[in-house]
Amino acid sequence: MNDTSTLKPGHIQGETGIWEMVIGLEIHAQISSKSKLFSGASASFGSEANRNVSLVDAAMPGMLPVINEFCVEQAVKTGLALNAKINNVSVFDRKNYFYADLPQGYQISQFTKPIVGEGEIIVDLENGEQTTIGIERLHLEQDAGKSLHDQHPTKSYIDLNRTGVALMEIVSKPDIRSPQEAGAYVKKIRSILRYIGACDGNMEEGSLRADCNVSVRKSGEEFGTRCEIKNLNSIRFIIQAIQSEAERQVDILEEGGTIDQETRLFDTSTGETRSMRSKEDAHDYRYFPDPDLLPLEFTENWVQDIKEKLPELPDSLKKRLVKDFGITAYDASILVEEKDYVDFYQQAANGRDGKLTANWMITELFGALKKDNLSFSESPITSENLGELISLISNGTISGKIAKEVFSEMMKSKKSPSEIVKEKGLEQVSDDSQILKLIDQVISDNQDKVNEYLSGKDKLFGFFVGQVMKLSQGKANPGVVNKLLKEKLK
Amino acid sequence: MSELLDLNLVEASKALKNKEISSLELTKAYLKSISDTSSLGAYLEIVEDKAISMAKVSDKKLIDGKARPLEGIPLGIKDMFCTKDIKTTASSKILENFIPTYESTVTQNLWNDGAVILGKLSCDEFAMGSSNETAAKGNVINPWLKNKKMSPGGSSGGSAAAVAARSALAATGTDTGGSIRQPAAFCGITGLKPTYGRCSRWGIVAFSSSLDQAGPLTRTVSDAALMLNSMAGYDQKDSTSANLKMPDLMDYLDKGIKGKKIGIPKEYTQDGISEDIVKFYEKSIDWLKDEGAEIIPVSLPHTKYALPAYYIIAPAEASSNLARYDGVRYGARQEASSLDEMYELTRGNGFGDEVKRRIMIGTYVLSSGYYDAYYLKAQKVRRLIKEDFENVYKKVDYILTPSTPTTSFELGKKQDPLTMYLNDIFTVPASLAGLPGISLPVGLDNSGLPIGIQLIANSFDEPGLISTASVLEKCAGFNFIADGAAK
Repeated sequence: MNDTSTLKPGHIQGETGIWEMVIGLEIHAQISSKSKLFSGASASFGSEANRNVSLVDAAMPGMLPVINEFCVEQAVKTGLALNAKINNVSVFDRKNYFYADLPQGYQISQFTKPIVGEGEIIVDLENGEQTTIGIERLHLEQDAGKSLHDQHPTKSYIDLNRTGVALMEIVSKPDIRSPQEAGAYVKKIRSILRYIGACDGNMEEGSLRADCNVSVRKSGEEFGTRCEIKNLNSIRFIIQAIQSEAERQVDILEEGGTIDQETRLFDTSTGETRSMRSKEDAHDYRYFPDPDLLPLEFTENWVQDIKEKLPELPDSLKKRLVKDFGITAYDASILVEEKDYVDFYQQAANGRDGKLTANWMITELFGALKKDNLSFSESPITSENLGELISLISNGTISGKIAKEVFSEMMKSKKSPSEIVKEKGLEQVSDDSQILKLIDQVISDNQDKVNEYLSGKDKLFGFFVGQVMKLSQGKANPGVVNKLLKEKLK
Repeated sequence: MSELLDLNLVEASKALKNKEISSLELTKAYLKSISDTSSLGAYLEIVEDKAISMAKVSDKKLIDGKARPLEGIPLGIKDMFCTKDIKTTASSKILENFIPTYESTVTQNLWNDGAVILGKLSCDEFAMGSSNETAAKGNVINPWLKNKKMSPGGSSGGSAAAVAARSALAATGTDTGGSIRQPAAFCGITGLKPTYGRCSRWGIVAFSSSLDQAGPLTRTVSDAALMLNSMAGYDQKDSTSANLKMPDLMDYLDKGIKGKKIGIPKEYTQDGISEDIVKFYEKSIDWLKDEGAEIIPVSLPHTKYALPAYYIIAPAEASSNLARYDGVRYGARQEASSLDEMYELTRGNGFGDEVKRRIMIGTYVLSSGYYDAYYLKAQKVRRLIKEDFENVYKKVDYILTPSTPTTSFELGKKQDPLTMYLNDIFTVPASLAGLPGISLPVGLDNSGLPIGIQLIANSFDEPGLISTASVLEKCAGFNFIADGAAK
C-alpha cells in the first residue's frame, strides 16, 4: 500500500490512505475574430497600449453593444465539434463588478442560458488509453482589459486593448481525475479549436487560458471542497498547479484540517498555489439579462448549415488514418493533434508505406525539429521531400542507414533527397557483380578469418557482412550482400 | 420679435420655406428668449455661435430650394443626449465637464434634417426624478404661475419648461417611466413617448435600457408628428432598435376618429386624482364620443403593480448602467490612495441623493438571495402588464387616461420619494409595456395650472396615436400661454 511507485496518476498516498483528485476545467479561448465581441475595434494582439479601443470598449456614456455574428458562428461551430447541444435561444447577461480595467462596470457574459449546452470529448492518454470528459457548457463573454501595476510607484495604468475581445468559456464536468488527464484534455480542446479555426490556441499570447477546479477525496466518497486556480497559460503549469494544489489539500486534510473554498493563484517560481481571495470576499455579481441585447436565436437550418461545413475532426481522422494507412492508434493520435501534422502526413504517406512514413515523421522529423528548436511550420523538410525519402527507402535506392544521413542533409540544405543521393552518390548497390567484387576483396584480405569460419566459427559471418558494407561505404544492399556471401562461403 | 415666437414648429417651417422669415432671425429670437427667461433655469448650456452658424447654413439651403424637413428650426436638447463637442452632463456632477466626441443618433437625425441647436436643457440627474429637483445645478422653474415657483415636472423638466416658456421652438426628451409625458402635462405642452425601439438609444446617456425612449416635446400634436418623423428610424448601432419604417406622421393629422374604439380603464380613476383632472378627463371622453368614437370601459387589472415593478426594474438596470461612472476614464475623479477609496469618493461626491438611492435599490434587488423575490418577480409583473394591454387592444384602438394624478406642485415643498414616485402612476404602465403614449394639454385647473390627458396606442401605432391626439387637441382648443413665457 505504501509503495508510491505503483501509484496511479492523480492518486496521492497519504498517511490515512490513497487520495483521488477531482478536477474540472474552465477554458477561456479567444475567438479568432478580427474585431471584438460587441464592437468594431481590432482584436489583434501586441498593439501599443490603448490603440484598439472603441467608444463602446471604453464604455463612454450612451454607447451600446452590437453582437459580432462571426463570433456567434465560431461558438456554434465549437459546440458542434464538442458534440454538444446547441441552444437555439441563448441570452447575454451582465456580470457586475467594479475594477479599473472593466470600463462598463460589468462583463457581458452568458449565465443561465449559454449558447452551447452539454457535450463530451474523447481524450487520448499517454499510456494509449482513452477517456471521455463531459462538457458542461460553452458560453460567450467579453475579455477584460489589463492593469499594469509596475509602471509607476503609486499609480496603476490601464490598457484596454483586450477589453471586449471575444472569449468562449468552455466548462468541463468534474470528470478529470489526474493532472495528466487535465493536460490531455486541454490539448484535445486546443486541437479541436485549431481544426475548426475558432481559436488559434496560442497559450503564450493568452489566446487559451484555463482555470482549474481541484478537490481531493478518498475513492468512492463525495466530492470534497474545491479550490479554483486562476489563469493558467501553459499545459505544463496546469499539470504542476493541479498536482501541487492537490498535495496541499491532502496535507491539510490529513492533519485534520478543512479546505476553504477559495480562489488561488499559481506561482510559477515556487511551483505552488497561494490564496487570492476567499469565498467570503467573493463578488456578488448580480447577474441579470443585458437589456441592451436581444436574445440570440438560431433556426435549426442555420445550425445544420454550419454542421455541414465543419472540417473532419481529430477523432474521425484518427480512425481513418489507422484504417487507411495501417498505423497504430497511438501514432495516429499524435498525428491528429495538429491539423498541420495530419495534412503533412497525408501528403507524405500518400501511395507509400504509411507505417514507415509515420515512424519517420514522429521519430526523426519531430525529434530533429525539437533538437533544432524549430516549430513545425518552420520545418526545412517538406511533405513532398519526406515522401520521396520514404519512396527511396521502400524501392531499395537507399538503405535505412543511408536514409538517416540523407535526412540530416535535408534538414541542413532543404534539398530533395534524390538530389542529395545523386550528388553524394549514395544509391544503394544491389548489382551482383559489383557486390561480388567487394566480397572477393574481403575474402582475400581476411583469409585467416575465412579459414576459421569454414572450420565452424559461424559467428564470423556478421564480420564479413560488416566488412563488405564498410568497403561499399554503406551503399551495398545488405540483403544482396548476405545472399552472395552465403553462397561464396559455402 | 413676438410674432416669431407665436409660430409653432409647423407654422415656422412653412414661413421659412415661403421665405417669410429666415432661420437666422428665428434663431436669434429664440436666443433672446433664452436670455429673457434665464431665471427659469431651463438651459444648462447655450451654444449661441453654433446656433447662428447652423441657422446661416439653413438659410442658404432655404434660398437654394434644398430645404430639409426641419430646416432652420431652433431646438433645445435634453442633456441626456450626447452632443459632439458640446458639454453633456446628464445634469450630474459626475459628468460636469464631459464633452462627447460623438453625436447621438437621434440628435444627428435632427441635424441631418436641418434643425438648429440652441443648447442643452436641464433635467433630473440621469433622468431620475419627477420634479427636475434632482438636477445637480438646481431645479428648473415651471413658466406657469411663475411667481409661485412651480415644478416643471421631470425628468425632462428643462425641455418642457423651455417649450412652454418659448425659449425653444421644440425640444427633445427621454421617457423612462413618464419623463416626457409628465413634464409636458405640468407645462401645458405636448409630449410624445414613442414605442420602445422607434428611436435609437445610441448616444443617449442610459438610465434604464429596457425602458428609455427618446421623444419630442412640442407645442402641438402636428409639431410632435413633424419632429418625430425626423427623430425616429432604425439604427444598427442599437440592437433594440426596431427595423420598421415609420410612415410620414404628417399624413395622419385630422383624419377623424369616427368608429374608433377608445378604452377607458377603470383602474385609472382611483382616489387621489385631483377633481379638476377628473373633470377634464370626463370632458375629453365626451369630446371623443361627440367626434364619433365608441367609448368602451376596459380593465388593466395589473395596473396597481406597475409602479412597484417599475421601481425595481428601472433602478436595477440603472445600478448597472451607472457603474461606468467610476472616475477612471472620464468625468469627475476624486484622487485617493487606493482604487476602492477612489471609487467611493468619486461616486459618493459625484452622484446626488436620488441617484444614489436608486443605485442602492437596484443593487439590492439584484443581489443573490433577493433577485428572485424582487427583480424576477418584477419581470413577471411586467409581462402581465404587457398582456393586460394586449388583451385590451383586442377590443379597443386607443386607451385614454389622465397623464398625471395632480397638476404641478410647488418646488421645494419637500416630498418624500414615494409620494414623488406616485406622479408616474399613469405613465409607467405604458412604459413597462413599451407602448407609445402622448400627453396633451386640455385645460387649466382652478389655480390656473395646465392639465394633461394621455392617449396610449398599440405598439408602433404612432400614426393612429397622432391621428387621435389631433382630434382631441382640436376639441380641447387649449390656447393658453404660460405667464412666464417669453413675450
